[in-house]
Amino acid sequence: MSVLEIDHVAIGYSSALIVNDLSVEIPKGQISTIIGPNGCGKSTLLKAVARVLRTQNGAVYLDGKAIHQLKTKEVAKRMAILPQTATAPGGLTVFELVSYGRFPHQVGFGTLQKEDYEYIHWAIDVTGLREFSDRPIEALSGGQRQRVWIAMALAQGTDILVLDEPTTYLDLAHQLDILLLLQKLNKEEGRTIIMVLHDLNHASRFSQFMMAMRDGNLMVSGNPKEVMTKENLQKVFNIDAEMAVCPYSKNPICLSYQLYDMKGKI
Amino acid sequence: MTTSTGVGELHDLEELQKRSHPIRGVVALIVGVIGLIFAIGLSISFGAADISLGTVWTAVTHFSPELTTHQIIHDIRLPRVLGAALVGASFAVAGAIMQGMTRNPLADSGLLGLNSGAAFMLAVCFAFFPGLPYMFLILCSFVGAGLGVAIVYGIGSLSKGGLTPMRLVLAGAAVSALLGALGEGIALYYRIGQDLAFWYAGGVSGTKWSHLQILSPWIFVAMIGALILSRSITVLSLGEEIAVGLGQRTAVVKVWGMIIVLVLAGAAVSVVGAVGFVGLIIPHLTRYIVGHDYRWIISCSIVYGALLVVLADLVARIINPPYETPIGALIAFIGVPFFLYLARKGGKEL
Repeated sequence: MSVLEIDHVAIGYSSALIVNDLSVEIPKGQISTIIGPNGCGKSTLLKAVARVLRTQNGAVYLDGKAIHQLKTKEVAKRMAILPQTATAPGGLTVFELVSYGRFPHQVGFGTLQKEDYEYIHWAIDVTGLREFSDRPIEALSGGQRQRVWIAMALAQGTDILVLDEPTTYLDLAHQLDILLLLQKLNKEEGRTIIMVLHDLNHASRFSQFMMAMRDGNLMVSGNPKEVMTKENLQKVFNIDAEMAVCPYSKNPICLSYQLYDMKGKI
Repeated sequence: MTTSTGVGELHDLEELQKRSHPIRGVVALIVGVIGLIFAIGLSISFGAADISLGTVWTAVTHFSPELTTHQIIHDIRLPRVLGAALVGASFAVAGAIMQGMTRNPLADSGLLGLNSGAAFMLAVCFAFFPGLPYMFLILCSFVGAGLGVAIVYGIGSLSKGGLTPMRLVLAGAAVSALLGALGEGIALYYRIGQDLAFWYAGGVSGTKWSHLQILSPWIFVAMIGALILSRSITVLSLGEEIAVGLGQRTAVVKVWGMIIVLVLAGAAVSVVGAVGFVGLIIPHLTRYIVGHDYRWIISCSIVYGALLVVLADLVARIINPPYETPIGALIAFIGVPFFLYLARKGGKEL
């Protein structure tokens, strides 16, 4: 069953189309990951899903309804978005920033209600930020900051989470930290997670559904065993990959790789 | 909440609510209002004719037209000080909205060309349509403010790499200089320098009740609009994509925000001329005190913006009597070092 249906969408800035006629159905209650080389349009696709960009053609459907025809506040109650470059204004504390996740649920002048406090505290606890909750965000490390933004998205209380490269700029342990958190949210609460990742092995290990893009087109999609093959990685990234099996997830991983030259030879 | 990870035990609600510092906001507002009332009283009592604070009080509460002091208070000093308060509040709130919407810590109606645009249009009105009623002058002032900011953003966005805070300020300085020079040129050529002098010098001495009657509804409505918009401005200040993700119709918020800014800056300039820096200093000051919530930043900016200009007007009369020092120059005296300090910090604060 799909929760989001991307139907023949074309997306682009003014004249140049970045994504041209792409269709895919994103399964409900699973972790779906978009992979692909720089500039392939994966962030652009995610922005169209997040309704930051309008589609030039086609539409994105949330539970069968075209997303740009729904009230944006109603969409925000179903789907939370973490953009790639989120920077907090100075002086905000962790608690304050996370509390803005309640914005779509508030009416009028926006006083926090009991339910809002429950969500905010749950989000802060589950991301392990309890001890930092009164600290200003600029006093935190990169990994902690990323968790604050995730906490804000969680406080939104949505069943769909959309994240653009949530692990960028983090060290190995902190990357895994974030991904394990997302996996826990998916497994224990059945939240649908859609993200862009650069690390293929992380994508393969943590996703149930993968989409590989190149030049604005969807090259292949399916479960990690279908997508993470030597042939597909050649098609998508122009690399000759040495494949292995991840001891944790039993999914394929790329052990090491060599670049092809322009003619396709090593 | 249907989650299995669960909310956990609910923390004591009272203890939690202390976290979002409304107390600091309330204290800042109360202190500001008391300070403002006191400053207004002082400002009224001080002048060529010595009037005690007690007389000021009775003039307001039991006005008797046959007393000269009451007449001075009522006809000259009260409109002047109320004008100063309105102007200060307007500039400060316009600056706060601009800073929040653009995430640009250097945003200020003076720095981004709104004030000089409005002043330029006023010069044009004086030269070509002399005797235009004040109502139309204000409307021209709004249009001029829009013209100024449009040129600045137009120039700023032409440059490669897009709009950085610094580029906008540079474009703002250039456009302000140009519009200021054009305005003065028109004033010289059409010999309307006398009429315009008080605008360029920046003073509230000419404020009359008739002006206030026309101005205050605009400013009042714009202030209400700013307060209604304040929460959305906080969300927008987190970044465009975040705001969209949180379900905000960002285009609607930006259009209303811009209209409010144009009305406030235009109205203020029509009273006092192109005074800068109020909208830069006050929002930063209030943000430092009450945090990043624009509901508090804007409400405190109203009070402290008014306080700053009322005090500046008072000091302007005290420094070198019987001459009045231009309040624009006085405020720039604090504003320029403050601007340099913000520019050095590189705008990390927003």
